[in-house]
Amino acid sequence: MTTTKSRNLPLAKRGINFEMIMWIFTRLSALAMYALILFAIIGALIMGARTQMNMADVLRWGFMPNLSHVQNTNVPDIAPWSTPFWRAVGSLLLLVATAHGVHGLVVICDDYIVTPRGRQIVRFISIVFMIAMIVIGLYVVWTL
Amino acid sequence: MVLKRNVSLASALRYKGQGPMLTYILHRIGGVGMAVFVTVHILASFVGGKAGIFANSIYESWLFQIFIFFCVLFHAINGLRITISDLWPKLIQHQREAIWVEWAVFLPIYGIAVYIIIRAALGG
Repeated sequence: MTTTKSRNLPLAKRGINFEMIMWIFTRLSALAMYALILFAIIGALIMGARTQMNMADVLRWGFMPNLSHVQNTNVPDIAPWSTPFWRAVGSLLLLVATAHGVHGLVVICDDYIVTPRGRQIVRFISIVFMIAMIVIGLYVVWTL
Repeated sequence: MVLKRNVSLASALRYKGQGPMLTYILHRIGGVGMAVFVTVHILASFVGGKAGIFANSIYESWLFQIFIFFCVLFHAINGLRITISDLWPKLIQHQREAIWVEWAVFLPIYGIAVYIIIRAALGG
């Protein structure tokens, strides 16, 4: 088996630019989403699992700690689920996930759209789309 | 700078990237699948009403659940592998072994979930 040695340039030679920051952001936000989802699952277990809440509902809460994810199920007491604390956790997950996802879509588009003009258009659309999804998502998290 | 590829679709499909290539493609499919699902899901809960109920009925169907769970689970596990090997670049040498571990984690979890989804779809 051939072993390839990875090329390690020091940071000073490599330089820091936007793409490099987004590259590391994609990795760190993945870890952050793992932590947030685990945190929400633990919260769901504390608040609801002891009252015979089923696993699917616990996971639905875990993937997005948002009130509308439990209010249609047979959770007896809605109050602990709609505190500003959980809305803030939900907002944080929304922001991290939207940035991670939209950047991922831009990376995919860059593989197929290669003209500078096209890439500019992709970036413009992605920024508009990202702001729209964040505003709508925050509205859903904080008002419904 | 304009990139130009001289690879036809036929030769691209015959490209033997094997394990890493397969995870790359599935990671991409999973990412796009989740992006579409989350977008529709947020918009549906924002709009509500009949359109919201219609969107709900789509992603409550068992076929869609099998698909979206594949997207989420594979993207999460493969993403964790990529994150670990990128933060500790020496581990990239072992990426083929890591991919085997990844499948060993993915397949049992996914298999159990699909079994439960189908069992629920059959009404019991």
